[in-house]
Amino acid sequence: MTDTPTLAITGATKRFGAVLALDDVSLHVRAGEILALLGDNGAGKSTLIKCISGVHRLDAGTIEVDGEPLTMTSPAVARDAGIETVYQDLALFDNLDTTANFFVGREEAVPRWLPRGLRWMKQKQMTAHSTDLVGRLKINLPQRSAQVGMMSGGQRQAIAVARSAAFASRVVILDEPTAALGLRESRQVLDLILRLRDEGCAVIVISHAMDHVMELADRAVVMRRGRVVGEEVPTPANRARLVSLIVGGDD
Amino acid sequence: MSDSRTIPGPAELAQSPAVGTASEAARARLVGTMLWLLRLGPFLILVIMIAVLAGLSPVFFTPGNLGNVLTQSAAIAILAMGQLLVILTRGIDLSVGSTLALAAVVGALVYAETDSGFTTILAMVFTGALVGAVNGFGYVYGRLPHPFIVTLATLSIARGLALGLSGGQPVSGMPEVVTTIGGGSAAWLASWFPNAAFLVAGVAILVTLMLRNLVWGRWIYAVGGSPEGARRLGVPRNGVIVSVYIMSGLLAGVAAIVTAGRLNAGSPTFGQLAELDAIAAVVIGGASFLGGRGNVGNALIGALMIGVIRNGMNLLNVEGFLQLIVIGVVIVIAVESDVIRTRLEARFRVLKAASA
Repeated sequence: MTDTPTLAITGATKRFGAVLALDDVSLHVRAGEILALLGDNGAGKSTLIKCISGVHRLDAGTIEVDGEPLTMTSPAVARDAGIETVYQDLALFDNLDTTANFFVGREEAVPRWLPRGLRWMKQKQMTAHSTDLVGRLKINLPQRSAQVGMMSGGQRQAIAVARSAAFASRVVILDEPTAALGLRESRQVLDLILRLRDEGCAVIVISHAMDHVMELADRAVVMRRGRVVGEEVPTPANRARLVSLIVGGDD
Repeated sequence: MSDSRTIPGPAELAQSPAVGTASEAARARLVGTMLWLLRLGPFLILVIMIAVLAGLSPVFFTPGNLGNVLTQSAAIAILAMGQLLVILTRGIDLSVGSTLALAAVVGALVYAETDSGFTTILAMVFTGALVGAVNGFGYVYGRLPHPFIVTLATLSIARGLALGLSGGQPVSGMPEVVTTIGGGSAAWLASWFPNAAFLVAGVAILVTLMLRNLVWGRWIYAVGGSPEGARRLGVPRNGVIVSVYIMSGLLAGVAAIVTAGRLNAGSPTFGQLAELDAIAAVVIGGASFLGGRGNVGNALIGALMIGVIRNGMNLLNVEGFLQLIVIGVVIVIAVESDVIRTRLEARFRVLKAASA
């Protein structure tokens, strides 16, 4: 592992009108590391990941990917830099099958000299790639020809995570990946996140489930009212301290 | 691979993981079978309708009458395919009937001026695409809350333009190529078989290829499935939306070729309420009014159903008011079955999750 973090944010500030959503936030995450981003509702976690993934623009501060400063002007810029985000609403297409969901916006198609929309899709190639991906990440799906709308919550989450894994060369950001899932389904998604880390991605996870944070995260950064208020290596021993940082009990 | 285009069989749909409660697996299978029947429904109803009408009226199944049905359905079918593209993206295009009339009038005027069949056809298609572009750009860049409004406006504007340009009178005379396509029959095949059916088939094949194989087609389904998700994943959502309205308008121009060719004129009264037939055809055919689900087959089956209902009831001397009521009832049934389908799918998901 080199000294340069895969993703480094320095002095991030974002204002929505009178609300200071992010106030001089700095954090970094390295390849093969899982960083938990903790904080109560409205702490600024979602704003931060939206700035990282190009949905919002920072008012001040820098985002560096592998040491290169980047201006996140659109989601496409973030994706091109190898940063993939799984939002809580998953952005899945219930009317499409697994393969189509994996490749939305990135369809493999020819010829390359035509505008993207007019290209002819290479459906067999995409199906083969999605089979590889599903096998590599050991996801348990009913049958890939089924529409995603017919699948269970865990399977849908797995597809959304796998999609980001397929295209993220550097960073995967997950917003509450287990929030809507049962025990067994949560387990599958947690295993999937661990596999992403083992493949060398830098992973940022937003979660309220402290058990999952304890298990997954190498480090935990706590935000409150738009600021970073603490950083810990999450262990059962300092769980109480993390919780008090989140709710601001030490004020 | 498949999406909404292929119909999974009941066994495939109901296939459940080996573990799980037997009763829940059985219920999932039942729901799966019901879903399969619902998806096949429109086609079955069309077949049954044709069988019943063939039994009730000796005239119905004669070649001449079948040719009539095809001729009468041709323009609706073409409009319906354009409407399908729009509805797939959760939109609606109310302007297609008026656009058809405007394109026909413009075509007739251009023909009177230039005497060129090629230019006439080009003018009709271009006029349609232009109205579609106004719809698409107006909706997207005017940031209108719903395409209903802008297409309602162009419904009025296009009809007004058609009336103004034509002085309120039909402009007679269409080039031979147009009358051959719209009014001729394929004598080399069967004297009753209308040429317009070939045009419909050609458009159907093209639109099917676009939807199934072009990235653009995939984007249409993606925008219909989740407009916000599509945007976040880099699909040019606004461009896709504009493009489907342009296609819908363009196909209204193509439908104008059929109507103008059949009547050898361009009239400002063409296509009155045709937009409602087109929307009804798409929905009756089994495409989802909620967007994202449906294919060209749905639009064609729906258009044929409307044609068969009208034709059959005329043959049986059913009064006009009853025809209107029947078509209305069919629309309600179609939309309701779409709602039931959506609910069954949610139910199916829960049952499968429970039995997994």
